[in-house]
Amino acid sequence: MSVVEFFNMGGYAFYVWGSYGVTLLAFVIEILMVRHKRKITLQQVRLMREAGEEA
Amino acid sequence: MNQLSIFKLLNLVIRRDLLLAMRRRADVLTILVFFVLVVSLFPLGVGPEMDMLRKMAAGVLWVAALLASMLSLGRLFSADYLDGTLEQMMLAPQSLSVLVLGKMIAHWFVSGLPLVLMAPVLGLQFDMSVPALLVLMLSLLLGTPILSMLGAIGAALTLGLRGGGVLLSLLVLPLCIPVLIFGSGAVEAVTSGLSVVSNLSLIGALFVLCLVFTPWVTAQALRISME
Amino acid sequence: MAINWFKYSAPSTFYGLAGKMIPWFAIPSVVLFAVGLYIGFFVAPVDAVQGEAYRIIFIHVPASILSMFLYLVMAGYAALGLIFNTRLSSMMATALAPTGAMFAFISLWTGALWGKPMWGAWWVWDARLTSELILLFLYFGFIALHASIDDPRRADRAAALLAIVGSVNVPIIYFSVKWWNTLHQGSTIKFTGTSMHVAMQEAMFITLLACWFYAVAMALIRVRSIILERERNNLWVSELKEVNS
Repeated sequence: MSVVEFFNMGGYAFYVWGSYGVTLLAFVIEILMVRHKRKITLQQVRLMREAGEEA
Repeated sequence: MNQLSIFKLLNLVIRRDLLLAMRRRADVLTILVFFVLVVSLFPLGVGPEMDMLRKMAAGVLWVAALLASMLSLGRLFSADYLDGTLEQMMLAPQSLSVLVLGKMIAHWFVSGLPLVLMAPVLGLQFDMSVPALLVLMLSLLLGTPILSMLGAIGAALTLGLRGGGVLLSLLVLPLCIPVLIFGSGAVEAVTSGLSVVSNLSLIGALFVLCLVFTPWVTAQALRISME
Repeated sequence: MAINWFKYSAPSTFYGLAGKMIPWFAIPSVVLFAVGLYIGFFVAPVDAVQGEAYRIIFIHVPASILSMFLYLVMAGYAALGLIFNTRLSSMMATALAPTGAMFAFISLWTGALWGKPMWGAWWVWDARLTSELILLFLYFGFIALHASIDDPRRADRAAALLAIVGSVNVPIIYFSVKWWNTLHQGSTIKFTGTSMHVAMQEAMFITLLACWFYAVAMALIRVRSIILERERNNLWVSELKEVNS
């Protein structure tokens, strides 16, 4: 099986790679969102703590 | 505090809510006008071919009834919540579930029953046959109380929230899908010469199920929202 | 609070444990995806009826199964939180919801892309597809209700009640849609009954496991953020080294 044949998926390339591509995209977006949320939360906690120390 | 029997209590709550609703008749009328308007928009949107209209009549009427009953749900508890009555009801020695059931029934009288009575008139716009109209009324008669009961859960959960109306529809509409399916299915069955018993008995089963569980669930939701 | 009969049900303890657990789920997830998709694309033969297009199954079926499974797990956690007033289980329910909704979306998307070449339409009102769509709405309802209530305790409890009502409704909705679908035979197109090759089953099972590991890892990362958010006024949070760095 050649590389071209593999990516062609017997003519179903759009459907197969469209499925896996969007799934990958969804996973990547979710991972980025989850990491972003953690960063924001840590920042907030630090801000709260600094505000607490000054008071 | 003298002991009130459940039925007396129900009667009191229903009469009180109906009296309040009658003082604000415009609200009831608004729902009815909305129902008529939505149903009348469909032929304008899809064209006046009678064959097609006859086919989609049941679905259109049912979806319109679903949307119309969503409109009034926001007010189910909010007035009592704002003036503090709801808090008193929760402190009352009587069962909150029974009070909630009373409010559900009153809500149905105000927002469900008018739709049931109006439906045959609108059905004529869609050239429905007389047996189909009767089954439609019967299915709405059994189905609209379910909408009030399921809607009450959503109304209790979204009590006092910003943008509660849209949220309420988002929560309640998916839960109402079985009622929609069986309700319009019954009408479709009678127009295609099948027996309506299975559809109507399934709605009946849902009705009984809701009657048993939703007052209690709504009472719990109210406690969550009020604490 | 009652006696701490289960040590890790305290958010402060679970925060550390979850942090240690994340790699144990994230790494196997990547490995299993690699193995599962390798078997799925290179070992499993071409399907006699559906050609290469059937290879969507290796993501479509796991995503569908997980979207339903995660809803039940979410409702279970929410119910625990509601009944026993355990804060951590409510937080887990909240952490699971977005991942579940994402799997429901993937299931619908891949279902449409599979349906087009096989059934000739992007969307058919098949019982499973329709139920999946309604499931996605139920997830949206849970997330939206939770997000629109400011008080976290009320948000947890209200969303929990909704999740429980929803999970009671899921089977009713599924059977009513299925029954509705059989009435409207015109739009029903059934799967052709092809027996599955062993390698296909293996690949599907492995990607299912991979998705499960992925979901757990995501939920753990998310629940850590939620714990920090809710407990930020507590001393243990300000003593964490990630906060002090």
